[in-house]
Amino acid sequence: MNAAPPAPVPALELRGIDKRFGPVHANRAVSFAVRAGTVHGLIGENGAGKSTLMNIVYGLQPPDAGAIFVHGREVRLRHPHEALAAGIGMVHQHFMLVDTFTVLENLLLGDPDAQHVATGRAAAREKWARLAGEQGLEVPLDAVVGELPVGVQQRVEILKALGRKAEILILDEPTAVLTPAEATQLFHLLARLRAQGKTVLLVTHKLREIMAVTDRGTVMRQGAVVAELDTARTSPPELAEKMVGRSVLLRVEKGPSRPGKVLLEAAQLAVADDRGVPRVKGVSFQVRAGEIVGIAGVAGNGQSALLEALAGIRAPTAGTIRIAGQADLGADPAQRRRLGLSHVPEDRLRIGVVTAFAAEDNLILGQQERPEFSRRGLLDRRALTENCRRAMAEYDLRPPDPRLRLGAFSGGNQQKLVLAREIEAGPRVLLVGQPTRGVDIGAIEFIHRRLVALRDAGKAVLLVSVELDEILGLADRILVMAGGEIMGELPRAEATEEKLGLLMAGVRTEGGA
Amino acid sequence: MSAPAKLPRWADLALLPAVSLGAALLLSAALVAVLGENPATALRLLFTGAFGSGDAVGYTLYYATNFIFTGLGVAVAYHAGLFNIGAEGQAYVGGLGVSLVCLAAGGWPAWVVLPLAVAAGAAFGAAWAFIPAWLQARRGSHVVITTIMFNFIASALMTYLLVNVLIKPGQQSPESREFGANAVLPAVHELLATVGLKVAPSPLNLAFLLALAAGGLVWVLLWRTRWGYRLRVAGANPEAAVYAGIRPGRVTIGAMLLSGALAGGLGLNELMGAQHRLTLDFPGGAGFVGIAVALMGRNQPVGISAAAVLFGALYQGGSQLAFDLPRINRDFVVVIQGLVILFCGALENVWRGPLARLLATRRGDQGGA
Amino acid sequence: METYTIIVLLLAATIRVATPLLLAALAGLFSERAGVIDLGLEGKMLGAAFAAAAVSAVTGSAWLGLGAAILTGAALALLIGFACITHRGNQVVAGMAVTIMVVGLAPSLALAWFGLGGQTPQLAAAGQRFTALPWPWADAARETPFPGLLYAELLGGHNLVVYLAAALVPASAWVLYRTRFGMRLRAVGENPHAVESAGVPVNALRYRAVLISGVLCGVAGAYLSTAANAGFVRDMTAGKGYLALAALIFGKWRPGPTLGACLLFAFTDAAAARMQGVALPLVGVVPVQFILALPYVLTVLLLAGFVGRAVPPKALGMPYAKER
Repeated sequence: MNAAPPAPVPALELRGIDKRFGPVHANRAVSFAVRAGTVHGLIGENGAGKSTLMNIVYGLQPPDAGAIFVHGREVRLRHPHEALAAGIGMVHQHFMLVDTFTVLENLLLGDPDAQHVATGRAAAREKWARLAGEQGLEVPLDAVVGELPVGVQQRVEILKALGRKAEILILDEPTAVLTPAEATQLFHLLARLRAQGKTVLLVTHKLREIMAVTDRGTVMRQGAVVAELDTARTSPPELAEKMVGRSVLLRVEKGPSRPGKVLLEAAQLAVADDRGVPRVKGVSFQVRAGEIVGIAGVAGNGQSALLEALAGIRAPTAGTIRIAGQADLGADPAQRRRLGLSHVPEDRLRIGVVTAFAAEDNLILGQQERPEFSRRGLLDRRALTENCRRAMAEYDLRPPDPRLRLGAFSGGNQQKLVLAREIEAGPRVLLVGQPTRGVDIGAIEFIHRRLVALRDAGKAVLLVSVELDEILGLADRILVMAGGEIMGELPRAEATEEKLGLLMAGVRTEGGA
Repeated sequence: MSAPAKLPRWADLALLPAVSLGAALLLSAALVAVLGENPATALRLLFTGAFGSGDAVGYTLYYATNFIFTGLGVAVAYHAGLFNIGAEGQAYVGGLGVSLVCLAAGGWPAWVVLPLAVAAGAAFGAAWAFIPAWLQARRGSHVVITTIMFNFIASALMTYLLVNVLIKPGQQSPESREFGANAVLPAVHELLATVGLKVAPSPLNLAFLLALAAGGLVWVLLWRTRWGYRLRVAGANPEAAVYAGIRPGRVTIGAMLLSGALAGGLGLNELMGAQHRLTLDFPGGAGFVGIAVALMGRNQPVGISAAAVLFGALYQGGSQLAFDLPRINRDFVVVIQGLVILFCGALENVWRGPLARLLATRRGDQGGA
Repeated sequence: METYTIIVLLLAATIRVATPLLLAALAGLFSERAGVIDLGLEGKMLGAAFAAAAVSAVTGSAWLGLGAAILTGAALALLIGFACITHRGNQVVAGMAVTIMVVGLAPSLALAWFGLGGQTPQLAAAGQRFTALPWPWADAARETPFPGLLYAELLGGHNLVVYLAAALVPASAWVLYRTRFGMRLRAVGENPHAVESAGVPVNALRYRAVLISGVLCGVAGAYLSTAANAGFVRDMTAGKGYLALAALIFGKWRPGPTLGACLLFAFTDAAAARMQGVALPLVGVVPVQFILALPYVLTVLLLAGFVGRAVPPKALGMPYAKER
């Protein structure tokens, strides 16, 4: 890349950072250096330990061992204010903003110059307005943060860090909530910051971003650094291989689909979120027996609300849902299940399991009313255990102990348990959101094969994923959501990343549904 | 990820409460010294006062009966994710139900009165819990606050009824007239006397067995029925409950009804079993002790029964303490109670980390790691 | 004429009853706006009431008593903070436990130290209590009903703590809404992670908030035992801490409306004492218990959204862990 001579002293250097959470070894002696005035990528799969590492650097978690150097000087970072004092700012994946406060109040929250709100407000306003103008980060200072679009909220976050004179800016998965166009804007900003001499550490799991904006990259896998490379001298396949530890199978072996009758149908469906903001705006589509329909899109464009409405968790504001021909308008997940719907939720470790319960009790969640799990009005413990043993063998759940508290299983095994439960329920229609989020690579292939097998058995599968590769690998038909609407539909054969990217950015094509 | 250190199940169920209890008692002993008495003497008196004789044991179990009922009530709500601080008020109103049946009983046979009284106590207690439950399920107001408010409202209501309506005519103190002989629960010493066993008289009565039976019922309901499964899912993870087709509002109401009904059992022991009339403020804080009992007993019926006996012993032994030691009065029992709640309910994490580390190194040594 | 006097005296009584309520409610307001549920109001107030009376009885100084009360309130607040902030214990349990402990401990200590069966000695000597401030010409003014009586009984005729409590309402509002500390405190009750990430230690902020609560409860307790009464008696808070909590909720966690709620609740209390057996037009004799239960009923109705809507701070009751 820019053949600037390597700075003698790195802006940030980590030496031997180690961190465990009980049995999980999140960071294994992580060492790497970030050159001053560069954009440095930290790449790895979900669960590779990137976020833990960044939380340590930002003082949110203490490392078990290791040292951190900023501009060659060892620093003790036990709290964000120490990180900020060392010139480190961070834009978190989940924004750290007070929703009920205005933008200005949020900016003032940690501002050491704002000694006194009452007297300092005018001066502070001027300072922040000037800074925003200089950086091209326009934000409405008096708007309440909770009412702003996420893209603007992110600008507030970046502004907040810059206002604290951060010389090293960490961004944790910043594009997850952005459209491709917004992401491009962000990358321009990062380039400008580099030109100003600032150091940027971009944490991501997307190869594309590493290639687009970084000078160098550090690859992490299973808590350890596995590679250090110059972006100019690497390629996406090489990066991917480093990330997952072997060459990646991007294609799932599957035959052609043989669509049958319509099993899931949405007509003019509209859904609002808890605050009443419309998230899905009149969406219509069908899923037939024997096909996988993929819904692609940037996170936060209504996919979650759509899934919740289809699953009966959230009542639609308008429109109809039909499952196997039966209309069901209300919000009643139990009724949906009786109609043959299964649901692997996006955020399954939060809403799909009860970590305090034994594995066998988790395996009947949602199916607790089924007669095979009860005897004479009481739960049949033996049937529960047997049911769990079977699933554990079939899905290679470890450790194979039905009575073990679910919280004692690794995240990957908890994920598999949810998949096992929903697939083994024998659904006619399977809703699956982000099936491979937080799952290790070996399990991904297994899950993909299961989904294809389900399709081949004549079931209807609706797959929602923000990973384009996953959509392209699995779906027979692809719908793209943006801004709560379906921007277009493409048969798999006609879908390319470019076409999908345009639709994801909200550019409608002639085939718009 | 950052959850407090994990302990093995046995340590969480037994070791941690024991350590917390020990700390609370240690601090209590220090306070005894501050008050100017000898802690060792106090401890000995506490123990002999609670277990030293037949009637002492009787009294201990009699107090424990109250705490089993309220403890079970708090625990059922807890499993549904609800913090029912209103057991006191629910017990109070439940006692009204018991008393109304007993006062109306006239010449009914005892085997008719008892089930009616049980039903009425449960129904009145449940009714008093229903309003806060309904308000949380349908209007979004939190039961913690509403049940506190309902304790005060119950107190006002019952004072009004006792002073103006139910008071025995021609009497000064606000009490109802005495229940008829057909409307009282037999004392255990009387029951044992009929089979030729002589034990010292105490207020311990049939309600003790009813409390144990209630514990068994709660266990079956919570851990062996679909209703209990739904309740526990809703309590442990409300979002997972919605996902699983469970209606949290319905669970909230059901759990609180059972919770209030169990608290209503207090009237059986206290009024029908011991005092044989409705009196002012008869729950006397047992509803709050129930919170401590549930916390210490890990919200499991067996643990609750054990913790209830412990608190019963504190009550009974504490009165011995106040009787024998001039510088200590009955209030001191309340101090111990507060400390136990504090240590078992709010300060457990103090010991959790060190205990987890201790156990981990022990295991590590054995494993040769 | 007669009615006029009754009303003025009733309002004056309202102010006296409202004072400890208001102090405790403002105490709870600071704690809860920072995200820490304050069920320890009753206990902190009661402990402080005992400390004030005990120290005043021994030293003869109401001021030293006030100092002891504040220290006691603060110490109990720190205990709650230690459990809830440092060790992330259950806030509801911690507050209740401290209250229960104090309910027992105060009369226990009183018995051991004074031997009067759970009370402190009567505070009869001059300087042991906060008495009504001498307002100029008050006695003369009392002769003329209007505006003299208003001047003497409503504006004047109170002790220092009453005026302090009144002044604390605008002061609290100023601190909460006009200072950086107040802004951070409100933020920490809404989203502590945002505050931490902005480089402001959450736990230190919350400790300061509960300390303020302890100090204010200390003043409230001192008022009860060394201003409104002459000494400590068992259970002398009599649920005022919970009533203050209700007032705080009724005031939607804001100082001004909380003052209004305290005055309303205090008025029902003062009126109840005077309405024993008095027949009202239309409704006849209202049982005094119903009037006393009114504040709780009103608060329940408010919480249920039947009269307005009270939205608590978003992070209220949630223990904060830095890392997640």
